[in-house]
Amino acid sequence: MASPTDRPLSPHLQIYHLPLTALLSITHRITGVILSLGLVGLVAILLAIAGGGGSYDAIHSFMNGILGQGFTLLWLLALFVHFCHGIRHLIWDTVAGFEPSTLTRHSGWELTAAVMLTLISWFFL
Amino acid sequence: MDFRSALNKAIGLGPAHTGIHHWWLQRLTAVALLPLTLWLIWFMHQLVLLDHAGMLAWLGKPLNGALILAYVSIACYHAHLGLREVIVDYVHHPALRLTSLLGVWMVMLFLALLAWLSMIRIVAAG
Repeated sequence: MASPTDRPLSPHLQIYHLPLTALLSITHRITGVILSLGLVGLVAILLAIAGGGGSYDAIHSFMNGILGQGFTLLWLLALFVHFCHGIRHLIWDTVAGFEPSTLTRHSGWELTAAVMLTLISWFFL
Repeated sequence: MDFRSALNKAIGLGPAHTGIHHWWLQRLTAVALLPLTLWLIWFMHQLVLLDHAGMLAWLGKPLNGALILAYVSIACYHAHLGLREVIVDYVHHPALRLTSLLGVWMVMLFLALLAWLSMIRIVAAG
């Protein structure tokens, strides 16, 4: 009889190849945490506007600089990945879209929509 | 929709007493944030365009002021609910878990308060 240590292990996160649906699920959490940090940035912007012309000019030129533009792009990507996956969660809440083929198809749509929304928004920022 | 078994209904929700409240508020804030997020992109667009006087005038309009406060308040609440979920899943040490739950609650409340105070100053200046 095999000893307990010889038994097959359940899928181990560092070895197991996560399917796209699972990757999107953990990405939703990660982007959620990133966006919580983004909220600190948004409130900092409001404080800068309230702080007067000097602090506003600093944040205004930062947003228009290369570093600010880079941050904006990453923030937009996190925002819209979370946004689009959130819409799928709302669809799942209606007990729809759970068939394996639908899950994969919607995952593709979700990522396409997120990238498109990010690029369109970045054009304006 | 009711997924609860007859036995579950008879026993009740157990020591947690409630299960749906957190879930429902998370969805409610999520739905509210969908249109507000699209509006926020519009706000960010103004931020890269306008100078200080222009931004004061833009945010001073009642609709824009209400929308930015709605966004920050609802987003802080939504973030609070989401971060709670993450902490409860990954932070196992009881004292550390309680401290981080309290910390997240205080930080999000503080952020919302800062946004409201900033808007009061912006409206007064604009």
